[in-house]
Amino acid sequence: MTVDPSRTDDLAVVGTRRPKIDAMARLTGEARYADDLSMPGMLVGRQLRSIHAHARIRSVDTSRAEALPGVVAVITGRDVPIAYGVLPVSQDENALAVDRVRYVGEPVAAVAAVDEETAEQALRLVSVDYEPLPAVLSIEDALDPSGVLIHGEGQGANVHKAVALEFGDVDAGFAAADLVREDVFSFAGNTHAPLEQPATLAALGGDGRLTVWSATQAPHYLHRALARVLELPSSRIRVVAPPVGGGFGAKTDILPHEVAAAKLAMVTGRPVKITLTREEVFHSHRGRHPVQMWVRTGFTSDGRITAMHFRSLLDGGAYGSFGVASTYYTGALQTTTYRIPAYRFEGLRVFTTKPPCGPKRGHGTPQPRFAVERHLDRAAEELGLDPVELRLRNAVEPFSRTVNHLRITSCGMRACIEEVVSASGYHGKKGHLPRGRGVGFAVSAYLSGAGLPIYWNDMPQSEVHIKVDRGGGVTVFSGATDIGQGSTSTLATIVAEILGLQPEDLAMVTADTDLTPVDLGSYSSRVTFMAGNAAIDAASKLARLVAEGAAQRLGVPPEELVFRGGQVAVRGDPRKSLSWAQAVRAASARGALMTSGVYWAPEMAGPYRGSGVGISPAYSYSAAVVEVATDPETGEVSVEEVWIAHDIGRAINPVLVQGQVEGSVYMAVGEALMEEQSFRRQGVHRGPSLLDYKLPTTLETPKIHTILIEEPDPEGPFGAKEAGQGPLLPVIPAVAAAVEDALGVVVHEVPITPDRLLRALRAGHRGKAPVIGPASVPSFEFGEPERVQPPVGSPAEVAVP
Amino acid sequence: MSRRLLVLRVNGLAREAAVDEHHTLLEVLREDLHLTGTKHGCELGECGACTVLVDGEPWLACLTLAVDVEGCEITTVEGLAAPGRPDPLQSAFAELGAAQCGYCSPGMLVSARALLDANPSPTRDEVRHALAGNLCRCTGYEAILDAVLLAADRDGSARAAAHVAGGGDRGDR
Repeated sequence: MTVDPSRTDDLAVVGTRRPKIDAMARLTGEARYADDLSMPGMLVGRQLRSIHAHARIRSVDTSRAEALPGVVAVITGRDVPIAYGVLPVSQDENALAVDRVRYVGEPVAAVAAVDEETAEQALRLVSVDYEPLPAVLSIEDALDPSGVLIHGEGQGANVHKAVALEFGDVDAGFAAADLVREDVFSFAGNTHAPLEQPATLAALGGDGRLTVWSATQAPHYLHRALARVLELPSSRIRVVAPPVGGGFGAKTDILPHEVAAAKLAMVTGRPVKITLTREEVFHSHRGRHPVQMWVRTGFTSDGRITAMHFRSLLDGGAYGSFGVASTYYTGALQTTTYRIPAYRFEGLRVFTTKPPCGPKRGHGTPQPRFAVERHLDRAAEELGLDPVELRLRNAVEPFSRTVNHLRITSCGMRACIEEVVSASGYHGKKGHLPRGRGVGFAVSAYLSGAGLPIYWNDMPQSEVHIKVDRGGGVTVFSGATDIGQGSTSTLATIVAEILGLQPEDLAMVTADTDLTPVDLGSYSSRVTFMAGNAAIDAASKLARLVAEGAAQRLGVPPEELVFRGGQVAVRGDPRKSLSWAQAVRAASARGALMTSGVYWAPEMAGPYRGSGVGISPAYSYSAAVVEVATDPETGEVSVEEVWIAHDIGRAINPVLVQGQVEGSVYMAVGEALMEEQSFRRQGVHRGPSLLDYKLPTTLETPKIHTILIEEPDPEGPFGAKEAGQGPLLPVIPAVAAAVEDALGVVVHEVPITPDRLLRALRAGHRGKAPVIGPASVPSFEFGEPERVQPPVGSPAEVAVP
Repeated sequence: MSRRLLVLRVNGLAREAAVDEHHTLLEVLREDLHLTGTKHGCELGECGACTVLVDGEPWLACLTLAVDVEGCEITTVEGLAAPGRPDPLQSAFAELGAAQCGYCSPGMLVSARALLDANPSPTRDEVRHALAGNLCRCTGYEAILDAVLLAADRDGSARAAAHVAGGGDRGDR
């Protein structure tokens, strides 16, 4: 028999619309999320949080809390003194602050008590003696050399990461340009707000092993961090991710309550569960960085880019989190959509005394995508070109290399643009709709999985095991976490396709470090591509074992067998066949039926520090047209319709892909119009609740027209690429462009709130330029960039006219 | 804190629990009756995840004291399906991908059930308004609106078929 993973025709289950295999469990109340779990003798854990944005902790007195009847344990930073961080370069966070707090809401102590009321009461009895320090709330404040250092002692600039890279000769590119344009942009911070508040249950077994059930997107990284902080061998810890109630990046980092629950379980010897309140979720954060951006681009008179210089300044919050990667991401993907022959990137992340920022859907790329797309719109105006035509003239070629060493393979960008422009009637609408209505357009690209793991290692990025019992039952083991995106169903569909079964026939065991092999986690849109390829590998090996057994029984060579419809049959002669169960029985007589599959991303990193961020085995492409209606009296913007085309490669299950696209569009509309994580003076969150933090309801969410472009990727499983993050990216700049088209206001900042829009309109009435956006970005001396030789075959080799 | 022995009618069964009088219906359902299908997303009445039906009306269980609904008929997501026979809303949600993470689904489903019971053939806009108090962070709502309309359509067809077969409307869903 033969299995060709790149096979894209004659598919039985891949590509069919079907319910997720766990849909009914999630629709009947049967699925047990982390906070639905309970155990006999379980204690309730709660955390005491800092009331200061920045303070030294002189002392913590827990004696009165410990004396309260019903309190079983109180722990402080002294009990978990080992610092950790998801990135090896940023081990800067403690589960409970040791001697200093750096944001309002940072955990300082944790209690375990018999019930919630007692735990709450105990928190009020913990007294913390703080010595307040100045709050640092903006990039400008963070860079003030006379300001206070947030990490370390004394004064200085709070630089977490500064990077300056140059690919090709940028000065020559600008010199050759007919037009050089500069613009500045601002993108506000916002947060994921998954409906499920993170929860963790931890219990120490009689054998001394610790089990942690946690709402996490990355059990493997949590496993590693717990081993470090708790000083246990990882073989003594089991991490399980139950069904997760939405992530969007919020549950990718190691969160303080996960460590605190585990430590309290060890201290008390009893199961301990900590569930965050909604207010605490806003403090836990790890969401979208606020970013200020400056971009300068050279164009020929016919609109071809000659060089680009992009600068981004990220307000990182109190700790490192994924911030080093976030910083590089703000500069990495500009070249994946447009042919840029020379490119300079300068990125800076500063510490401030606010909740830590981290990865949110699109991780570090929605902000620069907003800037670049709006900047191209400005250039198109100045060049007298249609914005769509400007994109097409610069569109990256499939199977090419970018100037910053990214490997582009399949690329459906042109098809996305053509489909979405035509379906929306963009050209008939732009500039022609009545005042107050407008359309906007933008494109983007995103990774199908980060090319490298978070910590350097040479092991596979995904492994999948498959075991078959003698009755023919198939169990698939994967470390991937289903956070609602349907990864478990997607893997089941892939395995079922190869074995000629139905996805519903399979038993799926996922995200349990005792039972499942490592998958790095549900982040960077990596699971379909990476775990999917590992699943193909494992299933193909299994099919080979079964084919060998069946072939002997049927008296044909194994290569002549096909797996289809629950049968193992001779190709071209379906009457000569065995049922799946018969074939399994025949194969089981030759030995155990258990296989392992792996996936390693190809080696792609370029010859420079930071080249590990941005590389991916494949990029998805998206294009969007947005139509808005605005009210110039109130400043309200209503997104009426969105047309989005997404280059998925191959939709393993179109229902799930469409769901990811629509969910991305929804989240983008929120970020474009209303979502903002903002703080009062002294660093207090302005509204840590789902009423004050505005997010779209059914009434604010537009009609969405989804178009899937299926041009199979040569390395994707059955040609598939990612869907979970990319489609968010073009929508935000397209909303801004549509508001411009509607009202003639320049939009260089999001969210486009009514007050910002009204202010700009009033400025227009007074004869000033109606602009939403910053006048400048904070200044920072980046120094000389590291100069990197562009790769062979990159746009740098094409002579600038 | 005073405790009270309470008899609640939940999903057609009388359930007895000794509860703290200040505990919400959400706490009593999840912690005393172990009906964890009903979720919490804020416990402040902002997100709709905890919606249950009280005498057929959608109520926020996180803002309702359990002692206030004694004697009422309470329906949670666990009570929507008969054994082996899902509510048409559950089937439609599954088919159209209207549940991604599923955390808003229990509240969304019972809100939609209340709508269809009161208005068996709603317009898309009526569905949109009926579900405006139930936040979803995953789907963008499109699949949810489609699924409610599909279930309404099937409810209607089933009613029409029953009407023909039984010679009259038996009031079945």
